[in-house]
Amino acid sequence: MLFYHHGYASGACVCVCICCVFKSCCRLCLQNSELFTLTYGALVTQLCKDYENDEEVNKQLDKMGYNIGVRLIEDFLARSSVGRCQDFRETADVIAKVAFKMYLGVTPSVTNWSPAGDEFSLILESNPLVDFVELPDNHNALIYSNLLCGVLRGALEMVQMAVDVRFAQDTLRGDNVTELRMKFIKRIEENLPAGDE
Amino acid sequence: MADEALFQFLHSELIQYIYKSGGSGETENGKRVTKLETMGFRVGQGLIERFTKETPRFKDELDIMKFICKDFWTCLFKKQIDNLRTNHQGIYVLQDNSFRLLSQLSAGKQYLEHAPKYLAFTCGLVRGGLSDLGVKSVVTAEVAGMPACKTLWQGCS
Repeated sequence: MLFYHHGYASGACVCVCICCVFKSCCRLCLQNSELFTLTYGALVTQLCKDYENDEEVNKQLDKMGYNIGVRLIEDFLARSSVGRCQDFRETADVIAKVAFKMYLGVTPSVTNWSPAGDEFSLILESNPLVDFVELPDNHNALIYSNLLCGVLRGALEMVQMAVDVRFAQDTLRGDNVTELRMKFIKRIEENLPAGDE
Repeated sequence: MADEALFQFLHSELIQYIYKSGGSGETENGKRVTKLETMGFRVGQGLIERFTKETPRFKDELDIMKFICKDFWTCLFKKQIDNLRTNHQGIYVLQDNSFRLLSQLSAGKQYLEHAPKYLAFTCGLVRGGLSDLGVKSVVTAEVAGMPACKTLWQGCS
């Protein structure tokens, strides 16, 4: 494994980039997703500089993810031929098998359903966002991929679902897998414009 | 491609974040453009490192610019640069007639004043890529009418 210390001007390095020579990546395999992954890393680094504590950074990432999510859903619906989901189980399948595959090139597994059927886990064997990332010691509370939670929340809100999304496990924090826990809160009623009888 | 869309959304949100703090003077705007450009620079460095792991050494400056125009630009934006011009004295002009990051903004002169925000990161990407290939440069961009843009690359010795 080669460790690259990209020389940040300030000297305080938040994200250390790791380039694995044994990975099956060659020039031809350089995906556009690396542009996304590296840009995301630059964003998190900037947020860590701008905000004093990890909680604030997490909040910002969630907010930005939300803003992306409310627009991404339109892009998703335009690209996929997915119709209206009948229930939360179908929603889970579409998120894992269609959306994640389409945008991040990975298919998480859907597991750990609650008895009421209103909560489930998405298990990611590998999280593309953290491809070149290692968290330094002084950022224990940072939820590096928190943008994803916001994206899912924002996207689902646009299709009338209020959900809560959080990371239950994170490979960056030493867990074996990355686990996103999604809970259905309620159906959002469409608001009629004021003045309509 | 879908992951292209994801990057465009992220890029757009990044610009919103950098520009959300108050103040609209020239200096403030200058600082923001610099911030975006610097972020692009680091990303460009990282990308070029990964991209050229198995590429043979470049013969000369022009060879490098052709690589940027064809391979690097395709990796970033799924298309090549449309036109490359040079004065053979260290100045290169790269023209993209339908720059991906501007195509969602407008198709003409509307919102022209906002175009620089959407080019800063990419200028950094090019400068960072070139820097890791051993070339110091100054990269600027101009937009006459969206979504076409010209990137001007000036080598520094």
